[in-house]
Amino acid sequence: MDYFEVFGLPRRLVLDAAELQRKFYELSRRTHPDFHQSAAPEEQARVLETSARLNAAYRALRDPIARIEYLVRLEEGRDTKEGAAEKPKAPPALLAEMFEIQEALEEAKAGGLDPSGYEALRARRDELFARVREVEADLVGRISEAWDQAAPERRAPLLGQFKEALATRAYLCTVIDDLGQALGESQDGHVAHRRH
Amino acid sequence: MSHIVGIDLGTTNSLVAYVDETTGLPRVIPDREGQMLLPSVVAFTSDGVLVGAGAKRQLVRRPETTVYSVKRLMGRGYEDVKDELCYFPFKVRPGDGVVKIQVGDRAVTPPEVSAIVLKSLKERAEAHFGEPVAKAVITVPAYFNDSQRQATKDAGRIAGLDVVRIVNEPTAASLAYGLHRRGDGVIAVYDLGGGTFDISILRVKDGVFEVLATNGNTRLGGDDFDRAIVVWLLDDILAKHGAYLGRDNEAMQELRLAAEAAKIRLSSEERTTLTIPFDAFTYHGALTRADVETLIGKLVESTLGPCRMALADAGLAPAGIDEVVLVGGSTRVPLVRRRVQELFGQVPHSQLNPDEVVALGAAVQAQILAGGITNMLLLDITPLSLGIETLGGVVSVLIPRNTTIPTSAREMFTTSVDGQTVVDMHVVQGERELAKDCRSLARFELRGVDPMPAGMPKIEVTFLIDANGILQVTAKELRTGKAAAIEVKPTYGLSEADIDRMVEESFTYAEADVEARLLIEARNEADTVITHVERALRQAGELVAAAERERIRAALEALRQARGADDRHRIQEQTAALNRATEHLAEAMMDTALKGALGSRRAAEIMAGGVERGVYPPSPKES
Repeated sequence: MDYFEVFGLPRRLVLDAAELQRKFYELSRRTHPDFHQSAAPEEQARVLETSARLNAAYRALRDPIARIEYLVRLEEGRDTKEGAAEKPKAPPALLAEMFEIQEALEEAKAGGLDPSGYEALRARRDELFARVREVEADLVGRISEAWDQAAPERRAPLLGQFKEALATRAYLCTVIDDLGQALGESQDGHVAHRRH
Repeated sequence: MSHIVGIDLGTTNSLVAYVDETTGLPRVIPDREGQMLLPSVVAFTSDGVLVGAGAKRQLVRRPETTVYSVKRLMGRGYEDVKDELCYFPFKVRPGDGVVKIQVGDRAVTPPEVSAIVLKSLKERAEAHFGEPVAKAVITVPAYFNDSQRQATKDAGRIAGLDVVRIVNEPTAASLAYGLHRRGDGVIAVYDLGGGTFDISILRVKDGVFEVLATNGNTRLGGDDFDRAIVVWLLDDILAKHGAYLGRDNEAMQELRLAAEAAKIRLSSEERTTLTIPFDAFTYHGALTRADVETLIGKLVESTLGPCRMALADAGLAPAGIDEVVLVGGSTRVPLVRRRVQELFGQVPHSQLNPDEVVALGAAVQAQILAGGITNMLLLDITPLSLGIETLGGVVSVLIPRNTTIPTSAREMFTTSVDGQTVVDMHVVQGERELAKDCRSLARFELRGVDPMPAGMPKIEVTFLIDANGILQVTAKELRTGKAAAIEVKPTYGLSEADIDRMVEESFTYAEADVEARLLIEARNEADTVITHVERALRQAGELVAAAERERIRAALEALRQARGADDRHRIQEQTAALNRATEHLAEAMMDTALKGALGSRRAAEIMAGGVERGVYPPSPKES
């Protein structure tokens, strides 16, 4: 049973978050170990497994990006652990820019950045952040909608688009984290873009 | 059906509660004297083991064998705690994985000490119900790692309790609040106790309490505030009297208790004075609330980072929080309230008693597990990421922090050498990239792998974090489908054999035998009175006539004699006689104190705890 099936949902990306949450609470009331304390040990073990699976399913589906990552894994028949499925990859259009940023990062690490250099890095970071938002909007908007509407035999190219956008996003997030560290910013901000 | 009780095993105080079947509301069970809080203090005396208020009275006189704040040592290794050991008068030394506390000629582990506290609460509940209590829900800080949770569970087992659930303190508190309010919304629970700090953010909807994110610091609490004040007092005493008391265990306990009391007074007053009699001199000091806020400012500030992290993890801005709830005694400190209010942009509240709310919530969870409450459900999370060490010491995360529990992850393992039959795994918890910077939980050895060429065996390992937040690991060889044998070596913790032994040897402490307990308490009381009267005679004996001094000395000697024998009533009579004999001296001291020659409150205290028993009029409040 895949995570969509756990919730009795078709394998579609655009879904109603409030409805998903309602179903999650409803199913939790049925499967949570708290309500099966007096069951036989084998039954308790089964409940524990069902409950863990429900939690994993909700975690994978509640966040639109995580949902896409899960779908890609599912379509490719990979049953690996949760997390970004795609290796971070620099978008070709941004290669030159990335090279520059890496250089500036090296300089910052060596302590050779003046205030204006820091200002430039901060501006770069904000640009990249905006770019991540764009990539995400494309992922959860255009490509997801196209996927939901496409006939099964037309889905392969869309899968490719998902993977490419996910790889770009993963790359950009890593650079943003590096920039944040070089700018001496606390961890507080950088987790913010991981969940929505 | 037998009762499942809810226990708040706190750093400073512990409580036991249950849900009253008729009202459906949770209630704290008081002790025989009507006290709700059991001080989490255990004194190992030559006459037996004391727990609670009786043990607390031993803190100053027997600092080396009176153990307090043991929660700070639960599930930790020596390296973790060695920095703070200078604050403890008892001796803590490295053991096999766990630390050991040396009390006299024997060494005890933190779970054994906690077990004594738990056993006392268990007996309190049994006395209340008039029947045995075998099952309990015990609370832990939400930010407790696997080892600390396991240590708490072990403590329960040693105390003869089946710990049916380990539940997080802030979430327990939210359950207690949940009974009182029906509204839905997002709640932030800010829980600052004696030794630990948690922030949890929950969504409450239709009776489901879903924890969205949690963060914290398991080594930050009111104890640390007290330490900051003690350090200031040491400096002030050094400046005024030229004496450094930092290495005097008894003096340090006096200072710690005085600092704690001053801190508590300053939550309601702007200014307070301290008068602490030592053998060589009596210290007089004054502290304002602003002084203390300077001393503890950084500590309070350090709770805000975890709050921001939890908000970020929950994907929320402060404005997204509908209600901020304060839990734990340390949230009575005005500076804490102010900072929390500034961060969340709203006035936090603590409508339920912050000392009791966690125990009440534990009772609610116990009632849910017993099947007595079916409309509430707690969906809690694991506070720390769980991972395994891979090549180069890098951590591969299997279960990210803030994942709803129960949760599981599977990972494939194989061999790297032909004919290899054993595979090692190192499981860690934490947010850092390198295993050495994370918390080592355990090393697992998969044994009995069939000898095959390297890479051929396929062993699937399942890591399951149960509803207690505790890890269970199972493995199976995929080719054969048979379960693989796993040997677990917990990095910090007790082995099964250790626990079995401890259950067997579990302290036959005095509480169990009422007569023995009363005798020990009577002796302690006598000791306290003797010490105080001796000090009073030394410091203020000239306030009364020589003949009266002689009468006091005679009463003192009579009490010493009685104390040596086993007759409790005789000890109590002689204690009362000595108190009567010193009545006049106490009054004289009080007069002098009021004239300002001596500290006000302390003067009465010097007199053998007379205030406590009402023999002497209570002294005017310090201001």
